[in-house]
Amino acid sequence: MNTGKMKFRWQTLLWLLPLGFLAVFYFYPLGSILAVSLERAENGIGAVILEVWGSPSIRKAVGFTFWQAGLSTLLTLMIGLPGAYLFGRYEFQGKQLLRALTSVPFVMPTLVVAAAFDSLLGGRGWLNLGLMQLFNLDSAPIQVGQTLTAILLAHIFYNTTIVIRLVGDFWTNLDPRLTQAARMLGAKPWQAWLRVTLPLLAPALLAAALLVFIFDFTSFGVILILGGPKFATIEVEIFYQAISLFNLPAAAVLASIQLITTLALTTIYTRLVGKLSRPLTRRSEQVTLQRLSTWRQRAMAGWLSTLMLVLFVTPLVSLGLRSVVQLEPERRQRTLEEGPALTGAFYRSLWEDSEDSMFTATPGEALLTSMGYAGSTVVISLLLGFPAAWMLAWQKEDLLSRVLDPLLMLPIGTSAVTLGLGFIVALNRPPLDLRTSPALIPLAHSLVALPFVVRSLTPALRTIQPQLRQAAAMLGANPGQVIRFIDLPLVGRALLGSAVFAFTISLGEFGATALVGRPDRPTVPMMIYRYLGQPGALNYGRALALSTILMLATAAGMLLIERVRVGEGAEF
Amino acid sequence: MKIKLTLMFFLVLLLSACGEEPAIPQTLTVMTHDSFAVSDEVLAAFEEKNNVTVSFIRSGDTGSAVNAAILASGKPIADVFYGVDNTFLSRALEEDIFEVYASPLLTEIPDGFKLDEGNRALPVDFGDVCLNYDLAYFEEHDLAVPTHLDDLRRPEYAGLLAVPNPASSSPGLAFLFTTLGFYGGEGYLEYWQDLVNNDVKVVNDWETVYYTEFSRWGGERPIVVSYGSSPPFEVLFAEEPIETPPTGVLASRMSCFRQIEFVGILKGTENRELAEKWVDFMLSTAFQEDLPLQMYVFPVNPNAELDQVFVDYLVVAEDPIMLDPEMISEYREEWIRRWREVVLQ
Repeated sequence: MNTGKMKFRWQTLLWLLPLGFLAVFYFYPLGSILAVSLERAENGIGAVILEVWGSPSIRKAVGFTFWQAGLSTLLTLMIGLPGAYLFGRYEFQGKQLLRALTSVPFVMPTLVVAAAFDSLLGGRGWLNLGLMQLFNLDSAPIQVGQTLTAILLAHIFYNTTIVIRLVGDFWTNLDPRLTQAARMLGAKPWQAWLRVTLPLLAPALLAAALLVFIFDFTSFGVILILGGPKFATIEVEIFYQAISLFNLPAAAVLASIQLITTLALTTIYTRLVGKLSRPLTRRSEQVTLQRLSTWRQRAMAGWLSTLMLVLFVTPLVSLGLRSVVQLEPERRQRTLEEGPALTGAFYRSLWEDSEDSMFTATPGEALLTSMGYAGSTVVISLLLGFPAAWMLAWQKEDLLSRVLDPLLMLPIGTSAVTLGLGFIVALNRPPLDLRTSPALIPLAHSLVALPFVVRSLTPALRTIQPQLRQAAAMLGANPGQVIRFIDLPLVGRALLGSAVFAFTISLGEFGATALVGRPDRPTVPMMIYRYLGQPGALNYGRALALSTILMLATAAGMLLIERVRVGEGAEF
Repeated sequence: MKIKLTLMFFLVLLLSACGEEPAIPQTLTVMTHDSFAVSDEVLAAFEEKNNVTVSFIRSGDTGSAVNAAILASGKPIADVFYGVDNTFLSRALEEDIFEVYASPLLTEIPDGFKLDEGNRALPVDFGDVCLNYDLAYFEEHDLAVPTHLDDLRRPEYAGLLAVPNPASSSPGLAFLFTTLGFYGGEGYLEYWQDLVNNDVKVVNDWETVYYTEFSRWGGERPIVVSYGSSPPFEVLFAEEPIETPPTGVLASRMSCFRQIEFVGILKGTENRELAEKWVDFMLSTAFQEDLPLQMYVFPVNPNAELDQVFVDYLVVAEDPIMLDPEMISEYREEWIRRWREVVLQ
């Protein structure tokens, strides 16, 4: 039998793994680089803070960072919520495929997404060409390049999947009878939604909003490439200060602003969510999901699917098309009637020309490397994230839980440059001599994936009825068995969602990989950037072709994960 | 303990099997940026000859890698650092991360490349950042190709130029330095003001300039900042085989900036002897001839022979702009800040 004392020990052990991981791979490198940076401040930290505050361009960047992140998050939620509703409440043909496709943007390299956007919306993009022909215009009517609109569009494109997954999966297991009861008692649809559904969804909704906001808040590639030189976020400014100017103290101060903001937001979130979470009767998706029966439902589903197809799939399709169309004729006056010349040359040369150096890889090799890292990231982040989420859900009064809850979120609010340099400063001596180890990449990716895993699992775990777990314990189940037979099956969908996040985060990650990756084992994004950095049609075409391969591999991976069923089908 | 014993036993067995030869190859660690590449064949020859395994650490782009090397100095994580260029050279030298090594091969290399008289950083390769133009565009529009930086101020060339931002892009910075070297510390701002009046387009990275803005690839700007080496690569990596490059280079009359990359032995290395061999190897013709197709840069050793396509189409500036690295280090921030005020306001 478990005595109180033994129970305490066992639970603390659960924190040991995630805590140890964060201490060694996050707090230690981050602390080291911040210390080293601030040591270089000749006139003390105060002078640096004044210097940063005194710079109009930095102040502008800080303001813009909050503004664009807030706006992006709002728009992402507005598009993501209806999507979550569709996926969380209805069963229809092509649902799995559509949901897999909405996740693909998450892994695409920014430069490639920019190219895809340009081929659709650019001055000579298809939309403008079509409009120019239709209305006999001389110049392109739509100009989104290098504007705030381009930044917002790209953030929506990348991050809506977070809302769809987190909120949609939560919605799936929500008991529809609660809303039905409200309706029966005379509530109008909007009243039922506002008073019943929304409060029930709040924990997942807040978690999604928090993650999206922090992602937009630390945005780098999108701002740089789609926004252009007139826009800068704190992260862009950190890169400029740290790398171009080697002004490490100023970079450290800016990185601290990011950290403090992340910490403050997460603390508010934790407070709010603690009040809003409640145990619920979870229903299996076999009960909650309806078929589209009325014409209204069909029209709603059709409209939402079309919206998602237009927003998330057309850029991807246009990218895929560009990888099989000859680039050469594009420079002549292109018209819509003139059929493009198809070519497989880019794909052929990917395989043929990559063999004379270990610094380049065929798509097969690069995919294998990427998938290996992604698989390891899934395993590491779930192994660390489940115990953490479990503690947050069931032992939230535990001192460690209260302290660690907001801290778990910090890695995604940390500048990649800062952390990358931290790895170099801190992890270069035995026993942590990891700089040449291939393990460093999945470990770095797990840092980013962990907050996603924890934020997907905790809201789901908190909805489990405590009676179920108590009953199991009364019937003689030890704590391990409670986890195995009650907790794990009941949060199956959230577990899958976490795996999807970890997988896609790792597959698309480039920033940290560029700083600590091994050159002789290039990942797919590394190869794409290498090709893009070189002149010549074949190089550009190869980057497009490899991006298309990454896209297809990701979609296939998503569909595979969707097929896994953890504890579904059982009614509790 | 048991494992250790077994391992020892194995090692002894291995040693005896190999006779006189030292059996375990030593390891040499080379730290570099993410553009580094070398043919397997060339690398294997070095490894075999010196019975060494070379492992590589990459740390992002040039600036990131230099900073990483500086932050790790004293207890270096590598023996050699390759990839610091003349825009970051004085940062590396000021931070004193390199040991002096006067390689015997330095005698083969023209003095113009040797920017560090103390022989801590040794030149390996160079590339010229120059304006490229789309030949077909100028033919179609019956316009003369630009032959002087001043041409871009003229109304006929309005709306034709796209450049990368010097604050975020290394070729962008190189082009800013070209205008500084040519027009001087005051004149460069006037020049840029004229470019702004002539509707210059600024984006953040070379990739967007070349593949999105350049008229050759479907954009609207027929003049862009790129490299003197871009035309031969357009031939080498053409979709369908072509005879002559579709792009030209403005390289005359001091209109290019020369980037030179250096290698140095990191202070505190425990493999000094091997590190010297690696530096010699990088300056030798075997490695130098491998450079163009692996890293798109060109040998500083004139004994290295180039492929015919480079002999035919590579544009090497006769009078490139070179700025003193110490000046770059001193004024980089101010130059960029003043440029921003004129161009991005």
